This record gives sequence, C-alpha cells and structure tokens, in this order.
Amino acid sequence: MVQSLDTLVETASQTGGPYVHIGCIPTFAGLGAVYPEDLGLRAIEDGAKGEIITITGEVIDGTGWAFRDALLESWQADASGKFAGQEGADPLVNGFARFAADKETGLWTLRTVKPGKVKTRDGRLQAPHISLWIAARGINISLHTRIYFEDEDNSEDPLLNRIEQRNRVPTLMAKKTGAGEYRFDIHLQGASETVFLDI
Amino acid sequence: MSDLGPLVPRRRDMHPVPFDPDYKTSVTRSPRWPLLSMESTPSEETGPRFGHSLIGPLDNNLILNWSKDGTPAIGERILMHGRVMDEFGRPVPHTLVEIWQANAGGRYRHVKDTYFAPLDPNFGGCGRALTDEQGRYQFLTIRPGAYPWPNRANDWRPMHIHISVFGHSFGQRLITQMYFEGDPLIDRCPIAATIKERSQLDRLVAPLDMAMSRPLDFLAYKFDIVLRGRRQTMFENKLEGM
Ligand SMILES: [Fe+3]
Repeated sequence: MVQSLDTLVETASQTGGPYVHIGCIPTFAGLGAVYPEDLGLRAIEDGAKGEIITITGEVIDGTGWAFRDALLESWQADASGKFAGQEGADPLVNGFARFAADKETGLWTLRTVKPGKVKTRDGRLQAPHISLWIAARGINISLHTRIYFEDEDNSEDPLLNRIEQRNRVPTLMAKKTGAGEYRFDIHLQGASETVFLDI
Repeated sequence: MSDLGPLVPRRRDMHPVPFDPDYKTSVTRSPRWPLLSMESTPSEETGPRFGHSLIGPLDNNLILNWSKDGTPAIGERILMHGRVMDEFGRPVPHTLVEIWQANAGGRYRHVKDTYFAPLDPNFGGCGRALTDEQGRYQFLTIRPGAYPWPNRANDWRPMHIHISVFGHSFGQRLITQMYFEGDPLIDRCPIAATIKERSQLDRLVAPLDMAMSRPLDFLAYKFDIVLRGRRQTMFENKLEGM
C-alpha cells in the first residue's frame, strides 16, 4: 500500500453544442433582453495604445466548409506586453474578446491592438501573439491555438520553434492583407490543419 | 500579480475523445494531428477577470430572468448549486459561471431549434453568476426536458444544463454539461459517451440534494466543478535544451 494522493481530477469537458451562443453571447443569439450587452464585445476601448488591427478569418471543417456556429475567444497582452490586471497595463486594453462566425458567411472579425512581446517563465521573449480558444458543436474539448503575425520577427519564439514540421508554422501566422488588416483561417483538419496547443 | 506557478498539464485521457464516429459532427471537426505541448506561459496563466458590477440581480434566476411580468417559467423548479475548485481542492473565488439550457419541454430559444415542443414565453434559457469567496455558485432554474437531435436515427439528449467556466487563467477555460441523477438517457447518449473514462462521466451527473432543497418550493442538484490547478514548488528550473 502507498499513501493516497488527495489531488482531484479536472472535470471532463463536453461540447458547447449548437446553442453555445445562448449561454455566452445571448444578444447575438436573439436573447437581447437578458443582459445589457454580450460579454467581451471589445478587446480594446477607444484610445488604446499601439497599432490597431483587424483580423478576419473562417473556421473550416474537414470537408472544407467554413462552418457558421463557431464561438471564439481571444486573450492577449497590450502593446507593451502586459496583461489586463498587471501593473502598468494599458487600462484601455481589455485583452479579452468573444466573437462568433457570421451566421451567413462564416467569417469572424477581431478588432484589437497588436500585442507586445511576453516573456516565458524562464525569461525568453515570445513573439507577439494572441491566444485563441474555439468552441462549437462537434468539438468535444475546446481548442487552443495562437495567432502570430507574419510581419513580425518570429525567429526566437519558443513555441513556434517547437514545431518539428516547419511547413506547419504558417498555420499560426496571420497574413497581412492591408494596412492594419490580417487574415487568419483556422483549419480543423486537412493538409493545412492548424497547429492546436496542449498548454 | 504574483506568480502562481505553471498550470498542471491537462490529462487528456480524463476528457472526451475529440473524434468519435457515434457523434457525427465530431468526425469533421476533430484535429487529426497531435496537439503541440509546452509548459504554460503567462499567455495561458493569466486571464480575464469579471467584477460583481457585471452581474444583474436576476442573472442567476432563470425562472424569472426572461419573464416580462413576473410570471415564472414553466417546469420543475430546481436549485443548481456547487463549488468551483482546482485540482488541489482550493476554491476558485470570483470566477464567472455561465449556463444555458432547453426549457421544460426540451426546446431552446434559438432560431435553429425547430423541435415540436413549445417555447415558454417566460423562459429564455441562460444565466450567469460569480462564485463567492469559497468558490460556491447557485442558479435557480427549471429542469430542462430531454430532446431529440439529428445524429443517428433516434438519438435523444438526456436532460442537461450546459456550463461554461473561466477560472482565473485562459488555460483553465472549460465548457461542460451537467446531467441529472437517474436519467436513463445518459447511457444512451453519444455525446456523454465521448468520455471514455466512466468515473469522469459519473462526475458530470448531479445527485439530488435534499438537504439544499426548499420544502414546498424547489428540489436541489449539486454540481461541483474542478478546474486545472497551478503547480507551486520551490524548484522551478529552466528546461534542458530550450
Ligand atoms: Fe443541449
């Protein structure tokens, strides 16, 4: 016999299902009267310091279909690399946003500030990135990934450098499509399957 | 902000499998290639915080929060309550818990839900609450009905309430579902069956809790939620080869 551990096991995930919007963005889902507004409508407030950018993309299933029922959340640092709540963080950067694929087109849009570099816990600098979380019907445990930027120096980023198949690195790169505009598509399967994270 | 340590790695074997042919939508929506693993960074160890000013007085009362004139929602009145804690048993205070569910007939208030069961004019189907100092939360609601869904030819969802929890870091984010003790549809449900570890599925089944039930008013069901913990040791070294 040995002593028993008293640690607990994390509660099992389940899919958010087809009506995840009712719970997380009820106004978007047509339940406008229940809260004053949906949570996480804006990653930034007017006047946030730094480069204001707009990222658009689709979430694409294994058949190539940009599905319409994805719910996404983003979390990021401000332009100086500080997270909301940390000392010296830009008070106009919420850092958190919640958004959904459009019901007609499947396109989602995130308007935010380009984040600064954030150190890992052993002091290495990570390239600017936005953490992304995806929930939908058919996704049994929500997916984590990151948006990096193709026009930044990503050469020293510890996470990107862990990707053995270098041909997969571009799946984490937002492509510049114009001044302050980027494109980031998420592929759940296929040859260009996005790198998802277990972190 | 103090350093609370890296997140305990997720035990993926304690979670549902991403790909399960019996849950047809998961076939085209599950990644095929291995996830990239790495110790958590501040990007996952921090997360949004929500204050009490966010929460309205009826936000955790689904019996009344959609009612236009105070008429309560139709159905069996229940209290759903429990604690949010981490893997070390520590309470997770002041964290946002959001729920959504079908009405007593098994119908969601959603344009895509065309089930025959009628909408209840006084039931919206969503609520939210912040946990208290001890990590406790409560919702007053009605017991949702089971409903059929297009999957295999005759699949029915057991009675369930969807739950979303933030925790204190983006890496703790969790969506799950609460089932009800004694529901024979749980063992026939392909979504519940995506969890292969039986003890983990059992933990999603809330027991009837007569102690917290209120006589002549509502029954109670208890649902505790465990989020990922943070490792705290005196020995945090730089990893070799990184
Ligand atoms: Fe449901």
